[in-house]
Amino acid sequence: MTDTPIIAVTDLVKQFGRFAALRGVSASFDAGRLYAILGDNGAGKTTLLRALAGLTPATRGSLAMLGTTNLREVCGQMGYMAHPSLLYDEMSGLENLRYFARLYGIRDDARCEAVIRSVNLDPSLARPVGQYSQGMRQRISLARALLNDPKILLLDEPFSNVDVRSAREMAGLLAKLRDGGKTILVVTHQAGLLRGVADEFVWMEAGRIVKRTRDWEPTEAM
Amino acid sequence: MSRTAGVTRATLVKDLRLEWRSKDAINSMLFFALLVVVIFSFSFDPTAEESRRIAGGLVWVAFLFAAVVALNQTWARELRNQVLDAYRVSPAPAHSLFLAKVVGNFIFVSVLEALMTPLFVVFYNLRAIGPAYQLLVVAALGTWALVVNGTFFAAMSLRTRSREIMLPLLLFPITIPALLAMVEATSSILTGEFSAKFWIVLLAVYDVVFTTGCVLFFEIVLHGE
Amino acid sequence: MKRVFPILAILTAGLLSYGLYGALIQAPTEQTMGEVQRIFYYHVPSAWTAFCLFFVNLAASIAYLVRRNPKADALALASAEVGVVFCTVVLVTGPIWARPVWGIWWTWDLRLTLTLVLWLIYVSYLMLRRFSSSGQTPLMAAVLAVLGALDVPLVYFSIWFFRTQHPQPVVGGGGSIDPRMLHVLLVNWLAFMCFGTLVCWSRYRLEMVRRQVEETQALESLLAAGGSR
Repeated sequence: MTDTPIIAVTDLVKQFGRFAALRGVSASFDAGRLYAILGDNGAGKTTLLRALAGLTPATRGSLAMLGTTNLREVCGQMGYMAHPSLLYDEMSGLENLRYFARLYGIRDDARCEAVIRSVNLDPSLARPVGQYSQGMRQRISLARALLNDPKILLLDEPFSNVDVRSAREMAGLLAKLRDGGKTILVVTHQAGLLRGVADEFVWMEAGRIVKRTRDWEPTEAM
Repeated sequence: MSRTAGVTRATLVKDLRLEWRSKDAINSMLFFALLVVVIFSFSFDPTAEESRRIAGGLVWVAFLFAAVVALNQTWARELRNQVLDAYRVSPAPAHSLFLAKVVGNFIFVSVLEALMTPLFVVFYNLRAIGPAYQLLVVAALGTWALVVNGTFFAAMSLRTRSREIMLPLLLFPITIPALLAMVEATSSILTGEFSAKFWIVLLAVYDVVFTTGCVLFFEIVLHGE
Repeated sequence: MKRVFPILAILTAGLLSYGLYGALIQAPTEQTMGEVQRIFYYHVPSAWTAFCLFFVNLAASIAYLVRRNPKADALALASAEVGVVFCTVVLVTGPIWARPVWGIWWTWDLRLTLTLVLWLIYVSYLMLRRFSSSGQTPLMAAVLAVLGALDVPLVYFSIWFFRTQHPQPVVGGGGSIDPRMLHVLLVNWLAFMCFGTLVCWSRYRLEMVRRQVEETQALESLLAAGGSR
């Protein structure tokens, strides 16, 4: 791992009209670590993640990923997962992944199947994604984010509405991915699931990062 | 370049497959098209001679309204579950998505037209006096003009309030020269009074200009926010 | 720059007055159409001014696409609004003129129809600006302006050919024009151009002030809720 941070955010400001979702966020994130981003609703966590994913251009400030400020250049090495599934309800898991793989230039079915298996789902399942349980949907959504074997994973509320066992499995999977060298940023309300897994906890409030800690205790005010 | 073609093809196939699976959109569109023809036939009930003169206009206005309803649906699927975000974060180029949508819409609207045309022929007792094969050329070029701009403005409308009404508001003024050409060409061919050549050339130029413009600008529309 | 504005305003007032005098009194009465023809001195210069303003809109939109300068966007908005107003004048004076002279309200005359289509395109541009969410409005509007401008020659040719196939009366009179009439026409055009520039400039300044207010409010909200980082 080099010394330069893999993600560098400087004074990032994002305004929607008069509302400032991000009020000057500065942070750097190192490669090969798992960061949990915590905070109340409206703290700006989702906006920050979307800015990192290149979905929301910043109003002011700069953002460098993998050494460049041109996010379109490196988007092939990033994976993004949001609260909505980002999948087509009428197609099966494999069909969905086959399509999204094409967007990354991957024509290989075997890869799609392998990724689906890695999240503990059955690639041959013909059921359309719209009929999956929430836990399954989150997992197939994660699979989509992993298709291109990204260096950076940006996950927004991956554990929301997921049963405890699936959530723990996912957390374990994330730890494995991190150990394999991926940089992972997880926005979540369920910090407890990442205790012992996350390398660092980043706390946001009112559009700013207020503190960063190595540990998280259940007694914390979040 | 082959990546672009691959993505375009994959997106088109995916769209067609989705359209086929959720047949409600197709069914309701077909029925709407039928209704439009019937209503127009009630409203304008001329003699065979007059009808040839105005049929050009009627047919294309009917196609236009059916197309607008179809076009509004185009991007609706990409908004469910925010799937469009998945495309935007990928390295796939914006113009591939655009071309795939345009071709998909072209196929869809052509199907509608293929359904509506025989009905018009029947209700208005139409018969082409001029060269009928030219009608196919006019239909193809005209439909492409409607669809290329329609798909583009439908995407633009996504980020506006009153999304559904914005599409026709933006589409109709800019499409006027193409509409005039389609209507006049069709009338010319049906009545056999004039040659439709100028209009066909105008349509072709229109198609080239706006396909190029829309493809170039789609990147801005897609990645705007 | 600040001093030019009042000077221009006085010049405009003078030109408009002179133009009015010219249109109503100085210019000779037209042979066939009579006094009604005097509306020509408002109809035609309005059209030319509108076209010039739309051209400014195109230039500003392209400038915005290339440089992303908010001033270009403000100018695009101002010129579009004022252009639409002048366009409306053309569209209203046309029928007023046509009715007594030819007995019809409307004719698919080249200039009139072109003006109508331009009016539609730019009104749709203004609607887009009003309805779109503020982040990308300038970009989307600029794209629409360029596409609209690309459309204009196509509109022109389509109407031109349509009219050769279906000839109709020409509002505005073709053929040669009496030099005294030409003089009044040009004076009025100059007056309208100055007036148009004046209004557009005011609108531009108003828009810039409005944006400053918005930015200040946004900055306030940014600094509120908690002290320094």
